[in-house]
Amino acid sequence: MNNMFNNTVQDHTFSILVENEPGVLARVIGLLSGRGYNIDSLTVAEVDDEVGLSKITIVSSGTQMVLEQIRAQLERLVPVRTVSDLTVDGPSVERELALIKVAGEGDFRVESLRIADIFRAHVVDSTNNSFVFEIVGSTDKLDAFIELMKPLGLVDLSRTGVVAIARGPESI
Amino acid sequence: MSSNRITGGEIILKALADQGVEVVFGYPGGVTLPLYNDLHKQNSLRHILVGHEQGGVHAAEGYARSTGKTGVAMATSGPGATNTVTGLVDALMDSIPIVCLTGQVTSALIGNDAFQEADTTGITRPATKHNYLVKSTDDLAYILHEAFYIASHGRPGPVLVDIPKDIIMGYGDYVGPEGIAPRNYKPQINGDRDLIEAAVDLVASAERPIIYAGGGVINSGPEASALLQKLVKMTGFPCTTTLMALGAYPTTDKQFIGMPGMHGTYEANLAMHDCDVMFNIGARFDDRVTGNTAAFSPNSQKIHVDIDPSSINKNITVDLAIIADATSFLTDFITVWNEKQPKVNHSAVEDWWKIIETWRSVECLNFEQDKDEVIKPQYALSRLSEILSGTDYYITTDVGQHQMWAAQYIQFDEPNRWMTSGGLGTMGYGVPSAMGVQVAHPDSSVVCVTSEGSVMMNVQELLTISKERLPVKILNLNNKVLGMIRQWQELFYENNESQCDLSNGPDFIKLAESMGFTAFSCTKAEDVDASIKEMLETDGPVFLNMATDRMENVFPMIPSGAAHNDIVLHPDQKPVTVDSKDKVTA
Repeated sequence: MNNMFNNTVQDHTFSILVENEPGVLARVIGLLSGRGYNIDSLTVAEVDDEVGLSKITIVSSGTQMVLEQIRAQLERLVPVRTVSDLTVDGPSVERELALIKVAGEGDFRVESLRIADIFRAHVVDSTNNSFVFEIVGSTDKLDAFIELMKPLGLVDLSRTGVVAIARGPESI
Repeated sequence: MSSNRITGGEIILKALADQGVEVVFGYPGGVTLPLYNDLHKQNSLRHILVGHEQGGVHAAEGYARSTGKTGVAMATSGPGATNTVTGLVDALMDSIPIVCLTGQVTSALIGNDAFQEADTTGITRPATKHNYLVKSTDDLAYILHEAFYIASHGRPGPVLVDIPKDIIMGYGDYVGPEGIAPRNYKPQINGDRDLIEAAVDLVASAERPIIYAGGGVINSGPEASALLQKLVKMTGFPCTTTLMALGAYPTTDKQFIGMPGMHGTYEANLAMHDCDVMFNIGARFDDRVTGNTAAFSPNSQKIHVDIDPSSINKNITVDLAIIADATSFLTDFITVWNEKQPKVNHSAVEDWWKIIETWRSVECLNFEQDKDEVIKPQYALSRLSEILSGTDYYITTDVGQHQMWAAQYIQFDEPNRWMTSGGLGTMGYGVPSAMGVQVAHPDSSVVCVTSEGSVMMNVQELLTISKERLPVKILNLNNKVLGMIRQWQELFYENNESQCDLSNGPDFIKLAESMGFTAFSCTKAEDVDASIKEMLETDGPVFLNMATDRMENVFPMIPSGAAHNDIVLHPDQKPVTVDSKDKVTA
């Protein structure tokens, strides 16, 4: 229990399986904001249309005590089926997707393509003076790519936020 | 269309009947008119027309708290629904099972800023344990039964069901409550056996133990209180109960050392601070109990039993956490204790009792009432308690000084006899909750201890009480000031009495009489007994307006953010110091 006294702030990724019913996202978000917890990233989509389940992935930060509370408070919500703190429950995979628009001509255009190749980003839209790149990877990788694109004419950016899943054969 | 399809209004009434609901506290409005038309055609369900929807929810709380059943309130859309919010949050904070039905504008109008439209489920999402917006009359019965399940299972709380007018008027199939339970909501009732064994070992090893019981013991049902008493007797340990748990252990017993916290007793707070094992059953380490969490009971190992996992390690980090319902846990704990027959360190515990007795000898709740002086509120309430003693009585309070004095001076030997707004601290709770209690217990004495600030906050319910011929007794401790505000201003804000004066209050006798009460005043200490007896013996609702000392402060007091051992006594009392576990100096 001594870890409870640990006041360092950590990032944790929560995977939350919920009933896909009206207002469920508002319940989850309202709980976090109402109790003063951070939401660094949030994704949500239906994952089972037969049973009607959605998966919400939230990256939050806080002390050990706060992170324990987040899990316990989420588990208290009636439409929440399972909460997994992927950061502590075992190894997991995290991915994020971004669409990045870079406008420019000449050398800038060539350079942006070259860097995109290094990062294994794909061109999903192209005009004479712009590209839209699609890149998938860890948040760090996306951050690095975006930093490199800024001086090359980055004009617009959409990110999905983190989705994550536990490694191994078990379901949530 | 099968012939057994009935209207949404009829479904609501049938579902309430199948849930064993005897009474609903409600107020009609535009969108609930069809429901009230169905209500008018039947005689089995009692509807009490309240004066204000907040009063309706508090009345349902009083009903629920005093019976253990789920209380039901009903309101219309928009302002009706928003008026319930304070009551809902009150029930959420104090874990009171409530089902609140609200009307909503017709489905097609939702989102159009229609007349009397409000986003009720949005507004009440953080005010309830769960809420619903009904989308089809066929879903209505199921949702209502699920609402009752959620309100009363696990840690109880308020559940709101928002029902659009077209759903009430539409036709649907009825289903009964059998087998209806939410798919995911499965509170853990039984504690883990290994943890219970560990708890037995830890409790038995204690030299300076304290049993600290909370509202969870009351919520678990009267059996939990009986088991708590068994536990306390079996161990011989001191017991403190929180504001929400008064009555879970008889306050007149010598193993009861008073309430802990800001206005708890000297002995309870120092025992909490100096104990070596704290055994928390169904309490939530509220900040009014812990004071400064960094200095809270620094040398103890803490066991925390709670049905709600989110209560664990929320305010105070504990050494042993057990998720369980209080009745189940106490049954298992006593069984394991009897199996193990653990050796208690009796001599150490005896020494601990000597220390506690030394603290108790301070008599921190002592007061002096000069017969010629103005009435001390402490005197009035200890006389009330004495006069009620041995009778069948329930007490409700409002919020402030009078609430703390009531908690300190009125004795309770049974659970469910004490109704107070603990978590939210809602002024205006006392009168309507007394109404709810009296509805549930028509032949018992129900006394609302209130004061001239709080009573005005739901004063309209006096009329509901007399209209319903409920013999509620109101004891208004009238000190012509917002007493707790004045006390804090005196102690912490340079004695600046900012906006707390109520000396221009109403003529309470005329007010209460106009609302159908018998009303009289008491201004002299020598008349206190006679006036309380007259209040209790007069038939029907009675309002006793008692003039009390404006300058009296509630002591003991742990200033906000201070530690238990910083407890401040009444200026006439002297603290004692305890040097070590076997040497005591006064």
